[in-house]
This record gives sequence, structure tokens and C-alpha cells, in this order.
Amino acid sequence: MNVFKLDRRYFPILVTVALFIVMFAAGSIEYNGFFSLQVFLNLLIDNAFLLITAVGMTFVIITGGIDLSVGSMIAFTTMLSATLVQNHHWSPWVVIPFVLLVGSFFGWSMGCLIQYFKLQPFIVTLAGMFLARGLCYLISIESITIDNEWYKTVSQTKVYLFGKNYISISVIIALVVVAAAIYIAHFTKFGRNVYALGGSEQSSLLMGLPVARTKVLVYTLSGFCSSLAGVVFTFYMLSGYGLHAVGMELDTIAAVVIGGTLLTGGTGYVVGTIFGVLIQGIIQTLIMFQGTLSSWWTKIAIGMLLFLFILLQKVFISRKKKSGAAA
Amino acid sequence: MDEKKHRLIMDRISKHFPGVKALTNVSFRMFPGEIHVLMGQNGAGKSTLIKVLTGVYSIDSGEIRLDDKEIRAQSPLEAQELGISTVYQEVNLCTNLTVSENIFIGREPMKRGRIDWKEMHAEAKVLLKRLNVDIDPTKQLGEYSVAIQQMVAIARALNISAKILILDEPTSSLDSNEVNELFKVMRKLKSEGLAILFVTHFLDQVYEMSDRITILRNGEFVGEYKAEELSRMELVSKMIGKEMDEMEQVQELVESHSSIGHQSPFLETKQLARKGSIERFDLKLYPGEILSLAGLLGSGRTEIARILFGADRADQGELKIKGRSVNLKSPRIAIDNGIAFCPENRKSEAIIDDLTIRENIILAMQASLGIFKYLPKKKQTEFADEYIKLLNIKAPGPETLIKNLSGGNQQKVILGRWLLTNPDLLILDEPTRGIDVGAKAEIMKQMGLLCQKGMSILFISSELEEVVRTSHRIAILRDRHKIAEIDNHNVSQQDIMKAIAGGVPNEK
Repeated sequence: MNVFKLDRRYFPILVTVALFIVMFAAGSIEYNGFFSLQVFLNLLIDNAFLLITAVGMTFVIITGGIDLSVGSMIAFTTMLSATLVQNHHWSPWVVIPFVLLVGSFFGWSMGCLIQYFKLQPFIVTLAGMFLARGLCYLISIESITIDNEWYKTVSQTKVYLFGKNYISISVIIALVVVAAAIYIAHFTKFGRNVYALGGSEQSSLLMGLPVARTKVLVYTLSGFCSSLAGVVFTFYMLSGYGLHAVGMELDTIAAVVIGGTLLTGGTGYVVGTIFGVLIQGIIQTLIMFQGTLSSWWTKIAIGMLLFLFILLQKVFISRKKKSGAAA
Repeated sequence: MDEKKHRLIMDRISKHFPGVKALTNVSFRMFPGEIHVLMGQNGAGKSTLIKVLTGVYSIDSGEIRLDDKEIRAQSPLEAQELGISTVYQEVNLCTNLTVSENIFIGREPMKRGRIDWKEMHAEAKVLLKRLNVDIDPTKQLGEYSVAIQQMVAIARALNISAKILILDEPTSSLDSNEVNELFKVMRKLKSEGLAILFVTHFLDQVYEMSDRITILRNGEFVGEYKAEELSRMELVSKMIGKEMDEMEQVQELVESHSSIGHQSPFLETKQLARKGSIERFDLKLYPGEILSLAGLLGSGRTEIARILFGADRADQGELKIKGRSVNLKSPRIAIDNGIAFCPENRKSEAIIDDLTIRENIILAMQASLGIFKYLPKKKQTEFADEYIKLLNIKAPGPETLIKNLSGGNQQKVILGRWLLTNPDLLILDEPTRGIDVGAKAEIMKQMGLLCQKGMSILFISSELEEVVRTSHRIAILRDRHKIAEIDNHNVSQQDIMKAIAGGVPNEK
């Protein structure tokens, strides 16, 4: 027996973490000024909204579903926030809870369609994606700039840690979401039901688990997360625009998959998703430091990584099946 | 009888589905601390009875009393709460979760509003110990064998304080050591006062484990017996029954040409076997002959058929076709070698619901031509018409969707599909199940005609009547062994039953 025998469940995550460390090390060796805490914190600052969305998406994917509406939901949230603050002069203290409610309701409705009408998550959330994007232009086809003082303050506030290094308020929100998600996933009945549902819906039903409620709640959670990401994105951009976060749903799915969550459902960790997001961030940073490559190389790198990780998952699953049969 | 001692009484239960009487006045009872085996052929109503008890179906009439209180469970969850738990053949757990979670999910121990993992693992460990299972409950369930998973399922059932434990064919995917382990646990639970309803098709296991046997046939109650008072012979004959069909014609047809002569066999197997599905068997199939495989469900009948069609691969032994050694790696190779197979599961393995009769008939021929050789529609229609006429398929025309036909007519379409490929060997797995008597007789007549033309037919049926009437030779299977081969000269159903039941015929 190997004393350091690793639980195979953690294998995909460890690959992701190792990859991140290797990339960070490579950057540090190659480029001056790369190896600093601030470079790392910037990854969080620039990707806080992606992280929040990806957390919601992780839950959806663990149940074996998918949510394509998140990018549009972010755009719609920025648009709705901007118009309510700028044109209708609502207080931000009312606007933010309101948009979160709208996002959650949106997710809840999609969840209900998926559960009670037995529709494919792919197609329902695809419809949700078009709908939310379209609603943006119903509000305005132009970008709406926010010059509300409160938004500006939140946007520019720097929270200093360890001397001159800082993070933004958005990062704090993202970290709270991550912490809450880890707790929900591992220490609440809802969280465990999510995993059970992803493992086998049929078995979950026969074990008497609340399958319907869990499924609807998962999409509600994803709707909530994407609208919260929209709020954070509003801080980041200080504007509402129908073209914000185009294609973000795919970045989110990529982050979750690179983070080791299996698209087939049942397996995955929120911690992995954090590193999935960080890896996407670090690819961008590396390309920025490199200086001559076009930013489209980010997509190429992410594309290659995705191929790699899906292959890795395939190997992981087939090996697991084999050992299960032999045991 | 002391009524108070009953744990469960199901009194004159009836359940009808549209067009089918699944249960008619079936009574069933259980005492605490007994293992009660429920027996019957496929479609006898065993699973309906279990589903009625576990709240999956509601009953039309009758009464279910648990510990002398009337119950009416509306869902499996409700039944579980009443103390009736089921462990299915296909283990219904989540392999991606830990062992402990699979036992406790839905009722996890909580501490300060959160799941208490430590407590959960500890309790799981204790519970599994009680079942003689010593495994690490923090590991994923999927890392353990099916046998262990089954134990975990039993642990879950017991944890919901079971009064009645239903084990639905728990042994069919276990090897003999695992079965023995399971039996030890069952005896232990029995001694602790649990009532266990055990469904199995293995006769040896029935006699090893059961205190009492209830037999169903065609949705009706045949009788309840003490295991030691019912001989194997009686058990089998009570399960199978002796429904007479009008098939004398067929018999004559077959007998009229039992002169197989001494040709060389079309197909021959030597010590062919597949681990876990069928032990080594020798079989010879001659042109112009019908060979039947007789045995109970799970005895290895279908397994042999699947191996001969290349749907499963044999892992040892040799197979020869026309004297040449052939490796049947896939159904495709079998088809190329002139073998055709009508599977047992018509709905899921044979018909394609949303295609027309014509398209369903053409399917196998198209496959053997290759997908790029287009068969003109006119030609297709000709073929379809030909077989509709030949097999007397009752349908408005070749463009009718197959799902709109009756079971018997669907079966004929499938038969037509394979006849079109002009096979040398036709394997028919339960071709007569669930179809009406008229269609049955017609299919059997076709079999006779086909073998007269020199086709070799391997016939599988649970109806001994049919087996005796149609076949030239009969191979007897029991518990995944081929145990005998009989030439069908005035063999009676009794003889076959005796062979299937095994043991000493006079045993009491």
C-alpha cells in the first residue's frame, strides 16, 4: 500500500492547481515584475465577475445540466442597474437587491421549465440567453454610463492588504460567494442532493430525495450568481450595455471544466472552479506581459486547454469504470 | 393460524392496467423472521405485486395490512417510512457519493445546522459491521464491487428501520462467494426478526434460503407452500402451468421431417463460455433442424443466443461455422456468416418505433448491403409487401408505423426483417412472449416451414408446450450450465420439467 495514496476524486483538481502553479512560475521566470502579490490579486480583481458566475455554473454542471443564459444575464443586469440608477434615480440600495431578485426569478423560471416540462437545459437556457440579451436592447440600444457617486466610490475603493497590495470590493464579494458555495456544497442537504442528482437522477428519486426542488433551486442559484456577477461587472465597467459580457457563458463553462468538474455531472468542486478562473486570467496576463501577441491568443490557449482537460476527464472516467468493474 | 403474528397481509389484491390484468385476487403474507420467496415466470405478476407493496402502483381492490394496520403507501418514500424497503437488482444508489452518504443521504446527521460528516462516517461503519462488511465509508461507492454496493443498499434500507426487506433478484450479478456472503447476512437479519421477501430465479437458492414459497402465474395466486413440503418438480410445474394451445399442426409439420440425416452441422461450439453469463457449453446446429433451449429465466438461454450472434463475446472455447473456425466479434460478422437474431426484448432491442413496417423490414438487409448501397424505394416496397403477405401481417400497408401494430404483428415484422437477409441460422429468443395465441401459432408454423427449407433454427421459449411441439432437439439449461440434451422423440413436458428442476425427481 502506498502511504501517499491519493484519493482519485481529487486528481482532476490537482492537475488544475499544478497547471496554475507552473504557469505562474513560468511567468515569473520569464518576465520581470510578474512575480508579485499584486499580479496575483489583479487576477482576482479582473475576474471577480467570472468567478461569481462560475460558482453558480459549477452547481448546475454538477447536476448534469448547463446554463447558457449567464452572459446575457450579466449584460441585462448592467443595463437594468444603469437605467434604474441613471434614468430613474433609484437608490443603489434598492437597485441591487432588485436586480438580484430579477436574476434569481429568471433562473427559477428556467429551472421550472426544465424540471416540470422535462425540457433540455441546453435549449431552455439558450432561449433564456436570447431573451435576456434582447431585453437589454429594449431598455436602450446605447451604452448607459453611470456617474452615480455611490457606484463610483464602490468601484474605485481599494482594500489594502499587506502594504501596497490591494483588492477591490468586488473581490471581497466574490470570495464571500466562494466561501458560501463551498459550505453549501459540502455541509448542507441541498448541496449533497445536488451531487446525488448529478450521480443518478433515477436513484435520487428512489432514495426519496427532493429531486424537483433541488433542480429548480440550482438554476435559481445560477440566476442569482449571474445577476450578482452583473452587479460586480457594473462596478467594473461603470456602465450598462447590451454588448457587455458577450460569450461569457462559454468562458464560464470553460473555467468550470478546466476546474475539474465533469460535464456528465456528479463530480466537481468549487475550489477547482476558482483555479479554472485563475488559469484563464493568467493566460491573459501572460499574453499581456509578452506584449507582442494579439489578445486572441488567449482564446487559442483556452481552446487547447479545454481539449486537454476533456481528454483528461475521459481517461479519468474510463479508468474509474475499469477499476469499479475489477473491484 | 394465529393472525396476530403476521407482519404483512396482502389480501385479495387486484391491479389492472389498460388491457392487462396484472394481478387478480392475489394474496400474500409474511411473518417476522422469515425468508419468503416469491416465484413465477416472467409476467406472472411478481414485480407488480412488489410495486403495489412499495407504493409505486396503487391497488384497484384488496387490502394491505402491516402489523395489523391497514396501509396504503402512495410512493416508495412513504413505504420506506412505514418500514418497507426494497433493494433492487440494479443497485439504485449514487456511485459518485461516498459510502456513508449513500446510506444516510436525505437523513444526514446534522450538528449546528450543518452535516456532521464525522458522525455520519462513524455510524456508517457500525451499520456496515453489522452486515459483516468492513470497508472505508469515506470512499466513493463506485470504487467498490456490485456485491458491496448491494450491501450498502441493504444497510440504507435497514437504517430506515425496515420491517420488511424486499430483495429483488439480488444474486443475479454476484458470483458464488458473494452470494454466500449475502446469504449469511440474510440469515442474520432473519434471526433478528426481519421479514425478507426474496425474489430469485435460481432454484438452488430458493431451497437454500426460503422458509415459505408463494407462486404466482399469469397474475393469479397459485399457492403458498412451506419450502420443505414442495418438491422442485411440483414447484416448476406450478410455475409453468399446462396451458394447451392449438398447435398440433405445428408438431406434425416438424415431425414430418425429422430426418436430419447425417449432414455436417452448420454451427458447432466447443467449450464456448463467457465469464459470469454462461459456463462452457457444446452445441451443434444442423441445417433443417429446430433446436430449443429450455430453462428458467436466468439459466443462460439468452446468454447463449447473444454469444452466437456476436452481441456478447465468448472469452473461451471455439466456434465453427460450416467447419471453419470463426470469431464472432460483432453482430455484423454474425450477419455476414448467415446468422439472424430476433431478441427477447422486442420493444428495446428489435423494433424502431417511429419507422414504418417497410423501413423496419429493410433494416437488416440494408445493414448487410452497407449504408451506401441504396435500395430503390420500389424494391423496398416489394420486399415489404412480400413479407406482409407471407407472414400474414395484419396492417393497412407497408407504410404503417410499426408502433401502431399489435405485439404479434410487430414480431412478424422482425421475423420478416431477418428472413429477408436469407439466413442459414435463425435465433428466436422468446418470439411468442406477450402475443396472442393466433399469432403464436402462425409464428410456430413459419418456423416449421423454414426448417423444412433447410434453415437451422435456435428457439428459446419459457413455454414448455411450445418447446415440446416444435423442436427436434432440446438443450436443457440450469443456473448457467448446459446440463443435458434430449432428442425430442415423445418427450413429455414432465420430462423436461424434471430435467430443469434437477435434483432427484422423487425427493420430497
